[in-house]
Amino acid sequence: MNKKLSVKHLLGIKDLTADDISLILATADQFKEVINRPIKKVPSLRDITIANLFFENSTRTRLSFELAERRLSADVVNFSAATSSVKKGETLIDTVNNILAMKVDLVVMRHANPGACQFLSRHIDSKIVNAGDGAHEHPTQALLDAYSIQEKLGSVAGKKVVIVGDILHSRVALSNIFCLQKLGAEVMVCGPRTLMPRHIESLGVRVEYNLRKALEWCDVANMLRIQLERQDIKFFPSLREYSMQYGLDMNLLNSLGKEILIMHPGPINRGVEITSEVADSSQSIILDQVENGVAVRMAVLYLLAGRTDD
Amino acid sequence: MAPRLLLSPQQFEITIHRLCRQLIEIHDEFQDSVIIGLQPRGIYMAHRIAKTLEQILNKPAGIAVGELDVTFYRDDFRRKDLVPNRTNIDFVIENKNVILVDDVLYTGRTIRAGLDAMMAFGRPKDVELLVLVDRRFSRNLPIQAKYIGKTVDTMASEKVKVEWKETGGEDHVWLLTQD
Repeated sequence: MNKKLSVKHLLGIKDLTADDISLILATADQFKEVINRPIKKVPSLRDITIANLFFENSTRTRLSFELAERRLSADVVNFSAATSSVKKGETLIDTVNNILAMKVDLVVMRHANPGACQFLSRHIDSKIVNAGDGAHEHPTQALLDAYSIQEKLGSVAGKKVVIVGDILHSRVALSNIFCLQKLGAEVMVCGPRTLMPRHIESLGVRVEYNLRKALEWCDVANMLRIQLERQDIKFFPSLREYSMQYGLDMNLLNSLGKEILIMHPGPINRGVEITSEVADSSQSIILDQVENGVAVRMAVLYLLAGRTDD
Repeated sequence: MAPRLLLSPQQFEITIHRLCRQLIEIHDEFQDSVIIGLQPRGIYMAHRIAKTLEQILNKPAGIAVGELDVTFYRDDFRRKDLVPNRTNIDFVIENKNVILVDDVLYTGRTIRAGLDAMMAFGRPKDVELLVLVDRRFSRNLPIQAKYIGKTVDTMASEKVKVEWKETGGEDHVWLLTQD
């Protein structure tokens, strides 16, 4: 196996090789053991300073990154757009360069504009981890999803995974498609036609508009959140109608005649994309995903910060 | 230069037995003692010592053995590409006598990291170090082993290679000259 990543930044899954992904997942395995110890902290990144730049709101991802950083003993500074000079009209490069002038080694950034991390990587001299850029990519989410599937089913290769819901606005969907395909899984997307990007099949995924058929086909169902904040125009008549067509409840799950894994990137709209019973059922691995998120992010930060040639 | 044999399979076994006898002198029945092998190669030594002790003491599976990976505690992060191995310690070391085990003691830096890593599993009563081969006069840190299989004088350009039955092949210790 490779000993180092082929990339300097983690901008998206698209830039990673299958070997890179395997290295991250194998490293995450060791960190999962670390975070279950009585003392959950290791000193690896003790001389590294990390800035978390969140230009868009986030609770889970930000907390998960911060925990990962602190458990690696990195120094952490946090920044959120709501309380910053961005409000005074400062540009992205100026904001970030000012922060880097304070000797920051690594930047974790979430931004509402797709490609914001790519853009930044061409202009600043620091390692960048994309924590979600608009509707483009959310690489660490895809990595933790793949890790969780591998943990429960033994491997990702050959598994059938359906991603259900708002594919159009979802960075989780795109990163998941790239990641699962690179690891050899078959991917299907399922959702209303209005929330399905045109030409999505050109990525090599199956497209299905009927939730029951999709679930009958799959081993794993990743139920995406309906992104209420991105619905400027109406993509479906009502939440109630969406939930009747594309919501997963216990009746549907039990009628499949097989066990499938239920995943959700959070935060859940209970009663919309999945019901409470499903979210809390034994087939749901939603909380495992959250735990694994810390281990996977520790692995990403460790591997990027530890690169020897820069 | 051709590799020089430091321990043949027969000498290897005699050495392991001698180390076990020395351990029994101090640790008696191992009621309060545990063995921790350092990844990646110290674990073979740790399991071999435990197995031999179990035979001598007639205590099948009675000795606690753990595997400890020190990668996240090393001091050469960002100087080398470091890939971690599995840590597997399913007991607490609180108030135990810990015997840290590695195959070769060289600069002492791995042991230093091992001491740090071990503390995440509790506060031991006492810690000792056992190694199969001690490369004398090459230490960077003030660390010495209490139990030593074989002491050798080496140069920095040389390498000590330990082969194990467990990884296919036979038990050997070689001294190699690197070009």
